[in-house]
Amino acid sequence: MTEAVLFYLFSLVAIVAGLSVVLARNPIASALSLVVCFFFLAADYVLLDAHFVAVIQILVYAGAIMVLFIFVIMLLNLRDDAPTPLLEISRRGLVGMAVAGVLGTGLIAALEALPVTAAAKIPEGYGKVESVGISIFSGAYLLPFEVVSVLLTVALVGAVVLAKREI
Amino acid sequence: MESVGLFPVLAVSAVLFATGVGGVLTRKNALIVFMSVELMLNAVNLSFVAFSRHSGLVDGQVFALFVMAVAAAEAAVGLALVILLFRNRVTVSLDDLDLMKG
Repeated sequence: MTEAVLFYLFSLVAIVAGLSVVLARNPIASALSLVVCFFFLAADYVLLDAHFVAVIQILVYAGAIMVLFIFVIMLLNLRDDAPTPLLEISRRGLVGMAVAGVLGTGLIAALEALPVTAAAKIPEGYGKVESVGISIFSGAYLLPFEVVSVLLTVALVGAVVLAKREI
Repeated sequence: MESVGLFPVLAVSAVLFATGVGGVLTRKNALIVFMSVELMLNAVNLSFVAFSRHSGLVDGQVFALFVMAVAAAEAAVGLALVILLFRNRVTVSLDDLDLMKG
């Protein structure tokens, strides 16, 4: 019961923060709302027994990626968007909101049609570092894991090459 | 989480994903579009974790970790592109990028 209440509370905050990311005029306000959203999603992960993923969510997403975003926003020193009031509906805004609304209701309708099955019993230590690590390093995910490390190196070199004035 | 079940978690994920799609379609600031993409990736991650919990296997959580790694790579390259764009055009508005007449 407590879990359900907490889940709905955290999810509500996450959704409100997510909406605020899209609706905020100032990019910094957007970025900070996204940090809030990530934190509450991490809380949801804890409720779903994904402890390691929750910690990595805060470390990597809220810690590293969002710092990068905020750093770039401040580096560019952007002025606010052209001062259009939020409620002045442009054609693009209307189309975008309609597509998002149709997509959201469609997804929820499709999910509601899923057959309801009982949740499986989770084993001891589920979602902790040990079980996730064993799953990565002793199963079919070892090669993808190594490929991801190569991908990160490529992205790192690519970002430096792109952003550097002279190589 | 037996008290909540699978559907509410997936519904939250769907709402967050639709919010991200709305942001990508309506905003013209490249940085905010990027953040909306991150929001969509997180919505998918929530689905992965929910299904993982439902099936009792950790594979979904491993996938969520892979998504995070790819998101980090995407953010690094994307923000480098935004910086390059700002240096050349002094704007991050996607409306001003009509060189290819798209």
